[in-house]
Amino acid sequence: MNKMFLVAGRELGCFFKTWMGWIVIAAALFIDGLLFNAFAMGQQAKLSTEVLGDFFYFASGISIVAGILLAMRLIAEEKQNGTITLLYSSPVTERELVYGKFLSAAVFMMLLHLASLYLPALIMMKGKISPGHLAAGYLNLALIGWAAIAITLFASSMAANQLVAAVTGTMITVALLVLWIVSDIASPPFKDIFSHLALHNKHFSSLAKGIVKLSDVVYYLSVTFFFLECSVRVVESRRWQG
Amino acid sequence: MIHVEKLRKVYDGRPAIEDVTFEIAQGQTVGLLGLNGAGKSTVLKILGAMLMPSSGTARVGGFSIEDSPQEVRRLIGFLPDQPPLYDEMSVRDYLKFVAGLKGITSAKAASAADAAIDRTNLADVANDPIESLSHGFRQRTGIAQAIVHQPKVVILDEPINGLDPLQIVEMRDLILALRGDHTIILSSHILSEITRTCDRIMVIDGGRVSAEGSEAELRSRMQGRHNIDVEIANPDHPAAARISGTLQGIKGVQEVSVQGHTISIQASDDCRSEIARAVVESGVGLNGLLRRDDGLESLFMKLVQKGAANE
Repeated sequence: MNKMFLVAGRELGCFFKTWMGWIVIAAALFIDGLLFNAFAMGQQAKLSTEVLGDFFYFASGISIVAGILLAMRLIAEEKQNGTITLLYSSPVTERELVYGKFLSAAVFMMLLHLASLYLPALIMMKGKISPGHLAAGYLNLALIGWAAIAITLFASSMAANQLVAAVTGTMITVALLVLWIVSDIASPPFKDIFSHLALHNKHFSSLAKGIVKLSDVVYYLSVTFFFLECSVRVVESRRWQG
Repeated sequence: MIHVEKLRKVYDGRPAIEDVTFEIAQGQTVGLLGLNGAGKSTVLKILGAMLMPSSGTARVGGFSIEDSPQEVRRLIGFLPDQPPLYDEMSVRDYLKFVAGLKGITSAKAASAADAAIDRTNLADVANDPIESLSHGFRQRTGIAQAIVHQPKVVILDEPINGLDPLQIVEMRDLILALRGDHTIILSSHILSEITRTCDRIMVIDGGRVSAEGSEAELRSRMQGRHNIDVEIANPDHPAAARISGTLQGIKGVQEVSVQGHTISIQASDDCRSEIARAVVESGVGLNGLLRRDDGLESLFMKLVQKGAANE
């Protein structure tokens, strides 16, 4: 457990000491602000709760992209730089390694979301929003971001470099995202299966409206856990390949 | 401390190492010598519990690398051919991180890092980011991470790779300073470096151990004949014309050539005392007598060629 936090701490420090973390934060906040002004606030009068719901809708996309960018380097970069040898020759378990890497990106993602709190605060200046709605929306952003991190971490564990990890992670994420479109044209029982498996839409909509359903939370945590455990298996097999 | 038996590793149907068997006692410094691609790194990666052998057994400190890899990893410090460094970290922070990875508690990690910094003479750059270090300091930092947790076994894969002559001398001194405290196994394709730092040499060629022993043992095994140079005092002495024939009469002497003050002799046995007596008794005067060794690189080529011939 200590080693998991050790790995996470070093990785979190790396986000702040290199350009990657700052660029992701700057780009995410810039695009968040742009989308907030252009679409969430919009031109016509809206209820505060609608503006907040729209903000979370757009921010979820930013959260997914940020998750992919943060996670693509987590293991692939270690392989590129040869530092994976240090981790592989140390008495660190594969689970400590993978979960430590995930934890660093997950915490960084939460800091990114914290930095975006000024946008809902702008709504509060002229309107009224429920703290519950705010909490549920940010919970949703965190859950969907963590799922994207876990998916790309899995890709990163398989890929030889960051680019391949990013492309593979994006492909898996997009495949899971478009399942809700596929569900529209599929026949039962696949319609329900695809709809339930889709990363967005069904599971996202209620959380964005401020309604926390246990089934949605369990879904996102399950996707995250599934891909983290897949990453553990990949690292286990790769570790013995020198 | 290290016990390896009939180790074999196959990559895509091609054996990288074959039937590798050896033992290394605690505190010994052993050098793996071989050309690039001979299988040295494969052996070291298996000992570092980073590569599963296709067959055979390897035990470090009594633990099997297959059955107890984590215990093996606790016992070893490993420096791969490229030091595994995080460029954005300072040397001290990096070593504290490695100490933690190796199982040292956070309370003791700082003192372990400082001890490794002292042993590897990194104090001047301890707070510098690793990305700003020269190649020599990066290699030293690589050694420091390998010893930060005071491992019983230190594995160094090509530790002098890419170093300039001054850095090679510093690295040699560093490895010599580690001797005794750790069992060290290092690889190189430069025989002269291995002979200066190691108690024992294992020559790996074509994935097999082709020769093993101390430098002197390998020399006597590989050198079929002795080259002896004699410097005489008076080449104009009448006896000098007969000295060649006199020396050829000594048992074991095969070839004699005289050039001015120098007589070069090739013999199947070490017959220096008989040669000295014959020269003195002849009256030409003996200024000096020296057994000339083949160059180290020549010995290395012989070892490698012998391995190839045995295949």
